[in-house]
Amino acid sequence: MSDSSLDNLPKGWKSVPSDLGSDQTAFKGVQWGKAMMWIFLLSDTFIFSCFLISYMKGRASTVVDWPNTSHVFSLDFMGVPVPLLLIAIMTFVLITSSGTMALAVKYGYEKNRKMCGHLILATAIGGLIFVGMQAFEWSKLIHEGVRPWSNPFGAGQFGSYFFMITGFHGTHVSIGVIFLFIFARKVYRGDFDTGRRGFFTTMKSDYVSIEILGLYWHFVDLVWVFIFAFFYLW
Amino acid sequence: MSDEFEHKLEAKSDYAGDASSVSTPDIDAVPDAELPDQELYHSHSWWTTYVFSQDAKYIGIQYALTAIGTGLLGLVLSWLMRIQLAWPGLGWLEPSSYYQFVTMHGMIMVVYLLTALFLGGFGNLLIPLMCGARDMAFPYVNMLSYWAFVVAVVVLLASFFVPGGPTGAGWTLYPPQAITAGTPGYNGGIILMLISLILFVAGFTMGGLNYIITVLQLRARGMTLMRLPLTIWGIFTATVLAMFAFPALLVGCLMMTLDSLLGTSFFMPAMVSLGETLTHEGGSPILFQHLFWFFGHPEVYIVALPAFGIVSDLLSVHSRKTIFGYRMMVWAIVGIGALSFFVWAHHMYVSGMNPWFGFFFATTTLIIAVPTAIKVYNWILTLWRGNIVLSLPMLFSLGFIVTFLNGGLTGLFLGNVTVDVPLSDTYFVVAHFHMVMGIAPILVVFGAIYHWYPLVTGRMMNETLGKVHFWITFIGSYAIYFPMHYQGFVGVPRRYFEIYDSPYIDVSTLLLNKFITIAVLIVGAAQLLFLYNLFASARLGKKAEKNPWKANSLEWQTPQMPPEHGNWGKELPKVYRWPYDFSVPGAKEDYIPQTQPPSEIIGAKVEKT
Repeated sequence: MSDSSLDNLPKGWKSVPSDLGSDQTAFKGVQWGKAMMWIFLLSDTFIFSCFLISYMKGRASTVVDWPNTSHVFSLDFMGVPVPLLLIAIMTFVLITSSGTMALAVKYGYEKNRKMCGHLILATAIGGLIFVGMQAFEWSKLIHEGVRPWSNPFGAGQFGSYFFMITGFHGTHVSIGVIFLFIFARKVYRGDFDTGRRGFFTTMKSDYVSIEILGLYWHFVDLVWVFIFAFFYLW
Repeated sequence: MSDEFEHKLEAKSDYAGDASSVSTPDIDAVPDAELPDQELYHSHSWWTTYVFSQDAKYIGIQYALTAIGTGLLGLVLSWLMRIQLAWPGLGWLEPSSYYQFVTMHGMIMVVYLLTALFLGGFGNLLIPLMCGARDMAFPYVNMLSYWAFVVAVVVLLASFFVPGGPTGAGWTLYPPQAITAGTPGYNGGIILMLISLILFVAGFTMGGLNYIITVLQLRARGMTLMRLPLTIWGIFTATVLAMFAFPALLVGCLMMTLDSLLGTSFFMPAMVSLGETLTHEGGSPILFQHLFWFFGHPEVYIVALPAFGIVSDLLSVHSRKTIFGYRMMVWAIVGIGALSFFVWAHHMYVSGMNPWFGFFFATTTLIIAVPTAIKVYNWILTLWRGNIVLSLPMLFSLGFIVTFLNGGLTGLFLGNVTVDVPLSDTYFVVAHFHMVMGIAPILVVFGAIYHWYPLVTGRMMNETLGKVHFWITFIGSYAIYFPMHYQGFVGVPRRYFEIYDSPYIDVSTLLLNKFITIAVLIVGAAQLLFLYNLFASARLGKKAEKNPWKANSLEWQTPQMPPEHGNWGKELPKVYRWPYDFSVPGAKEDYIPQTQPPSEIIGAKVEKT
């Protein structure tokens, strides 16, 4: 590979050929756990893509009309049905929690233990609020007669796909929240400053774990944006 | 790739040639270690050493033994089915049992035997050793991966004991019939099957992340990607495929579980069953087929690519020849892997999808033949004028090439829509995929076990028993599957539990059925011989010398054989070359291990890698 062809590569890609051609590591300076999380998320992307593509196919081939989503997902506010109100708040909360997560990563690398812990806790609470609102939405829909197998508004597949996909995403958020709480405790205890060893793996703790957790959290948020677009706006 | 290093090497060896064997440390320069040495978990008790082991070698053996044990059940099921087909008059099996055995045989062999054995077994054993790492990147997760696999197997086997027995839907599990009354195990066995698959995917994901990260980030000093043995390339690419293909299976399984348990209608159209209208409505059965085959086709290559990789190494070592066209071999593996995601609907030509789809998928399917043919030619050219030793691994590798070629050629028939339509659902299809993804990879598995057995146990397997095993297996497989091609051409449909006296089916096929069954029984018995050899040789086998095959790759260069915990003793290996420097002109020995520094082999005309 001649050098002139390398010069034409966009910035950031220039080192890719030499890194891949080198020994020991393909991603220079990337911690194993971080590379693992990226690959896991790529795999998880395929799961959510399969869900959403199945949903599109299912919605396209039902025999009964799909329910009017702006009607189904509206929330009565002061007696006026406002479409997408709850979802807008949920989305706002989740995206905000991504912001706090990013700040937590920054403070983590600055070894600012307190701020990092506070921000992880804030992220966890944001996630908790999101899951809570999702539970509220589910119970509202169930009260209105929406079931996984049928609903009064139209095609039965609406409930099936809705509960399955938001449920799968909600599980991701819940798992994230659990880990956020665990990591908040670890940060406050100072595990990442002292390099305390993990409970199961006996691996040394390091602030890079916060970034890895952050990757997962941002991914969950990003997936939500797609679910939001495909389910609520379509 | 490491151009700078090579120039240095070239310049230095020229210089050394003039000044007669003056070795300067510079020739042997290898880049500095980028990472501190890996901290390992050291087990303290019997439980953490042998049961919940975090050592990749042990996990590999655990995976392999579990997979082989499960595969043995698959073998017995095939016996039972064949006896029924040969002598239907005996009333040997109920129709429902026949379908259940077909289903379990297929699923066990494809997923729980071959996938687990190649990736879980050989992957765990060989990746850290061949890359020059102390262990996988995440030993704890690796341990969880194995135990998730065990739970998956237990759940799968539990389905034999639930009311209604295991599912009889065929290994493809097509809805609506898989979960509708009339199919064996439609409300019990199928659920356990789906849960088992979900667990398998979860377990595999944990293992797969380990394999990928270990190959990418834990290689030894000097070990570039293009110096990796093809075995690692095959396993690595197959793992990447699995990481992207299994999600589709997971989603399909989850949706069918909900259809069955919650009464949703993802895959269920409106149906009348046993005179009653079902509550399902508006689902799409074709959707499941798409999800299943988006997993199912890459799955073929998840099994085949490690076999390709391993067989390349076996051929090279046992013919004392450089692998022909190493880079092309790598790119062919990667290319086949990428293409395998664009061919899935060739399994669905008769599903009623849009004919234009068939046109597209026939084209992509035939394109895959190109990199595959490159590989076959390169294997043959590797053998060309090699010093072929008919050792057991070599015999099985040669058997593989022939069998794979055979199965691949029938694949060209089936890949064309117009030819596939009349052949679809006949024994021709059965013969094709058993040749190409049953017998061919299994031959590699055997070759690989005979090859790496000394690495695991420190002893050799019995050569005579092995040769008997090979010839019975090899000739027997052809006795089984060649007649099936013919049966398919004359139109014998598959999945019929009894081929009765029909005016449409030639009587010769009934005779052939008896012949095939006798062959199956003999070939199956030969596998018991293999199992005896496998277990008995651990005690009785001849002690292996170190590096018994005189191979170059790193797994044979460990300070102890079998390697200890941590593999490499105090110091990690340094790699100076690729693993294919065999019969190099000018070298003292006919092989140059990857760890041999250039200063020790001055004058040898090594390839630059």
